[in-house]
Amino acid sequence: MLEIITQGTLTTLGVSLLLALFRLVKGPTLPDRIVAMDLIGVLVVGLIVVVAAASGVRAMLDAAIVIALIGFVGTIAYATYVERGRPE
Amino acid sequence: MIEILTAVMWVAGAAFALLAAVGLLRMPDVFTRMQASTKASTLGLGCLLLGAALQLGDFASFIRAISIGAFILLTTPVAAHVIARAAYLADIPLWEGTVLDERRSESDRIAQHDELQKGRADGGMEPPPIEHGNTPK
Repeated sequence: MLEIITQGTLTTLGVSLLLALFRLVKGPTLPDRIVAMDLIGVLVVGLIVVVAAASGVRAMLDAAIVIALIGFVGTIAYATYVERGRPE
Repeated sequence: MIEILTAVMWVAGAAFALLAAVGLLRMPDVFTRMQASTKASTLGLGCLLLGAALQLGDFASFIRAISIGAFILLTTPVAAHVIARAAYLADIPLWEGTVLDERRSESDRIAQHDELQKGRADGGMEPPPIEHGNTPK
């Protein structure tokens, strides 16, 4: 039973990634793309956690921690660029 | 029992993640998109982490899942606040159905209204810029 649930969860997360990727490509302004990147980072963390729990490879949780950290720092850097990186 | 709990948690987490993505795609504005995606993604990732920790059933992986969840819970509101502030200061246009913009002061609104009225009275000419503070003579 958990096999089917795992596959359904991974499929749903993949569809969510595709929707976020569509917003990342389409997004009219730069903050739209930053929000889409933030959501993509969170979804990738969730995907890795589900794969780690389904396959029993516990080392993947460390990769999830690293991706969460880098995603936060990247979001802050992009936001700083939007706020004060504009040529006056 | 553990499997059923994990299945429920993962279904809820996947549903919240899908809601976040649909909100990101369908909302009309940067700020509404951001509030949809951050709230739903935080809750969805929390559910996925809880299910994974239950499924692994290990103390080390439980601690790691808890730490990922705490980090996401701490950093997502901060990131959302910083993005919203940067977008507002960069003059990203709000949705046209927005009814309240509290950061615009009352004097700015009155000045823009006067400017609009003067521009109409002059017959479509470009209105002169209004000086704030002391009135020039």
